[in-house]
Amino acid sequence: MHVGVVVFPGANCDRDVGWALAGCLGWRVTFLWHQDATVPKLDALVLPGGFSYGDYLRCGAIASSAPLLGAVADFAASGGPVLGICNGFQVLTEAGLLPGGLIRNRGLHFICQDQTVQVASCRSPWLRHFAVGHSLTLPIAHGEGCYHIDPPGLRQLEDHDQIALRYLDNPNGSVGRIAGVSNKTGNVLGLMPHPERACDQATGGTDGQVLFRGLVNWMGLS
Amino acid sequence: MPCFHATVRVGLRSSVLDPAGEAVCAAAQRLGHGAIQSIRIGKAIEIRLDAPDEATARQQLESLSAKLLANPVMETWSLELHSRED
Repeated sequence: MHVGVVVFPGANCDRDVGWALAGCLGWRVTFLWHQDATVPKLDALVLPGGFSYGDYLRCGAIASSAPLLGAVADFAASGGPVLGICNGFQVLTEAGLLPGGLIRNRGLHFICQDQTVQVASCRSPWLRHFAVGHSLTLPIAHGEGCYHIDPPGLRQLEDHDQIALRYLDNPNGSVGRIAGVSNKTGNVLGLMPHPERACDQATGGTDGQVLFRGLVNWMGLS
Repeated sequence: MPCFHATVRVGLRSSVLDPAGEAVCAAAQRLGHGAIQSIRIGKAIEIRLDAPDEATARQQLESLSAKLLANPVMETWSLELHSRED
């Protein structure tokens, strides 16, 4: 497996994702600079968490116009699996690659805790290992993770089975307790929880590793 | 080329919860401003740009507002084109 990890100025989880994929799973990782306009041949792309461009204007807004995002959009359009984690999820919504948007948590607090989430759909390659209803424990760490979409948009998500993960107790006030969504074709997935922080028993669990392994299974690799 | 000065005001859609606005509203009421019913927080973005005429300036600013300054999923925006400095 060869995975590209996007690096924006202000991202702070790119090395964590690199460590999880290379160190825990033994995959090949290539870091991709935000100013590059092309990407090498890859099996998957990950947009990591952090505070890209200081999250000025809105979370992920400026990153969504970075030169590399054109290549990310092309990769996604060709069916390549793309995962956006936390700020990466915000970037994907701002870029129009995923529906909806992320706004300030309902309680205003930055929330940093382990969170139980439930798989709502396993159509995305990253969630293939799970059955619908399966519970996972993944860390969340965000101030602006409240998922917003208008009622017609929510109906569309439900009709197309695009809701990937839901919180059990909705810590941030998200519409429909949504913690993650996929695009219509299912190859682009955005999550507020951090699977890369749950890839080693020493750091609190391995549910995130199972999520990444789902991709290998989907690709027919070992 | 003339230089135009504009303000783009961006705010959350009325259907979107504004917890920061609610917190400020609660503080205002604590300070004795009991008549205040609600507070919504947005941002004002000041822009200066060169354009051959007002119509072109307006067109560029509208495009920028819709594409970058506001996210139509949760925000609305309005444009004020103030002055023209030759």
